[in-house]
Amino acid sequence: MSEAAIVVEGLTKTFAGRGRDARPVEALRGIDLSVRRGTVLGVLGPNGAGKTTAVRILTTLLQPTAGRATVEGHDVVRDAAAVRSVIGLAGQSTAIVDELSGRENLEMVGRLHHLGKPGAAARAGELLEQFDLVDAGERMAKTYSGGLLRRLDLAASLVAHPAVLFLDEPTTGLDPRSRLAMWDVIRNLVAGGTTLLLTTQYLDEADELADEIVVIDRGQVIAAGTSEELKGRIGGDVVEFVVPDGSRIAAAVDAVEPLGESRPTVESDSGLVSVRVGARGSEALVETVRRLDAAGISSVGLALRRPSLDDVFLALTGHAADDTSDSEGVSP
Amino acid sequence: MSEQSLRWAGNDAWVITWRNLTVWRRVPAYLVFTVVQPTIFTLLFRYVFGGAIPVAVPGGYVNYLLPGVIGQTAAFATMATAISLAIEAQKGVIDRLRVMPIARSAVLLGRLLADGFRMLVTLLVIVAVGYAVGFRFHNGVGGALGMIALAEAFGLALCCVSMFIGLALRQEEAVQAFGLIWLFPLTFVSSAFVPLASMPGWLQAFAVNQPVTHVINALRWMALGDTPLSHNGDNLWLSIVWIVGIIAVFLPLAVRAYRRVS
Repeated sequence: MSEAAIVVEGLTKTFAGRGRDARPVEALRGIDLSVRRGTVLGVLGPNGAGKTTAVRILTTLLQPTAGRATVEGHDVVRDAAAVRSVIGLAGQSTAIVDELSGRENLEMVGRLHHLGKPGAAARAGELLEQFDLVDAGERMAKTYSGGLLRRLDLAASLVAHPAVLFLDEPTTGLDPRSRLAMWDVIRNLVAGGTTLLLTTQYLDEADELADEIVVIDRGQVIAAGTSEELKGRIGGDVVEFVVPDGSRIAAAVDAVEPLGESRPTVESDSGLVSVRVGARGSEALVETVRRLDAAGISSVGLALRRPSLDDVFLALTGHAADDTSDSEGVSP
Repeated sequence: MSEQSLRWAGNDAWVITWRNLTVWRRVPAYLVFTVVQPTIFTLLFRYVFGGAIPVAVPGGYVNYLLPGVIGQTAAFATMATAISLAIEAQKGVIDRLRVMPIARSAVLLGRLLADGFRMLVTLLVIVAVGYAVGFRFHNGVGGALGMIALAEAFGLALCCVSMFIGLALRQEEAVQAFGLIWLFPLTFVSSAFVPLASMPGWLQAFAVNQPVTHVINALRWMALGDTPLSHNGDNLWLSIVWIVGIIAVFLPLAVRAYRRVS
């Protein structure tokens, strides 16, 4: 196992319930995972799946209820201090102080890592350069855009050259352009040999960045493998089309249902209908046009596509990745 | 603890202190809280209420008032402590600091040092304003320094209470709303602004025996020497007992709350 930078076995976390009907909350129900050194593991799951809890345990912020985890061979409970000396964390919350400039923020982190004043200043300069923050570096962080702030925060997590980096939903809440820029930054990091554990609720993000993916739902690992392997699990093609008239969606679903291997799914706000049609791709596509036409339903953007991780998630959990509470309401 | 880790602990606490003081310097609102608000308080009590409150101390009400304002200000200065820590816990800043290999003591120690310095600035501003409106020390330089030192020690003890409250509540709004209400009865139902004899008996029973009264009487005794209203040093010993007691209870509670921030 010397190849593995992170090893997690049977990790369980139960929180005491809050409020009057205080039932304990099982955030993690025994997860196993392992990340090879120098690779990227994408931990994929909807809100509340337990991703953040897992990251908090691995970064020594929380104690597990049961199970064990090691990072670079150090036990996260017994050798917490050793773990902290080899990891970096960036994510949903930032360590950035609004009233300090970007440069001052990085220097502060460097001094907390005992680089000394000149060492911290030099490292801050390097990181500003590397993350394309030189111009912004002298401005107070409170003037930064969301994307700039995440980049500075990621830079701060790298001050001490951590061997293992945890990124907890690094692009949640970013606009599409900042998101792409963030992906580039992360790709460059990985090229430099950092081991990365990345949590995300975006399937395309895991697909883009991760070597291996584990899918977590309700505190359990429900699938693991490469992006290709996961897609292979459901195989088959998907026919998609958008019904602009919201009142006709139900009729459209009824019309195409016989073509699918399971009931078609609907994104109600966009009117996007997806039908898993197995290997009968083009035949099903033609049949879809015919049936919609016969039912008098107008549609746009009709297409046949290979399965995405979204489809994998749906197949594995029975609900969409970005949809937890309303999972029963997805299919009309 | 080895010498090396002790040196690092000192470095870490100093970096956090520097960070806190820099934030304080750069946010104008904080400076207003630190300097303008106590000045206004001093002037209000001096000129609005002062004429109506007869006191038996040399120099009249302004000399009675100033140690009271000093004590009250030291207590109120701790509001910022609770609020800052609650915000940092809420935003996740403390989590991020805890993931770094820094001394466990750094965040709380850095907070105490920065807020203690801030408090000292405020106290000196009040003394200066007091001098401008007629206040005078009557007990020598030693007494004057003793008054500042005791006020500072009391303020730091209450900072421990505030650190606990801020870290236990972890929500800015909650701290603003409930976390500091206890300061009002403690500071106003005390000998800070009016002689206790002017209060109804049932209120006096509380006022006479609560720490803020002891501390303010001791501050007054150090500033003015023996007067009919603060005539011996007993209050000083009682104050020190209270200060030590408050720290002994609330510093461990604050440390425990800090460890549980997650």
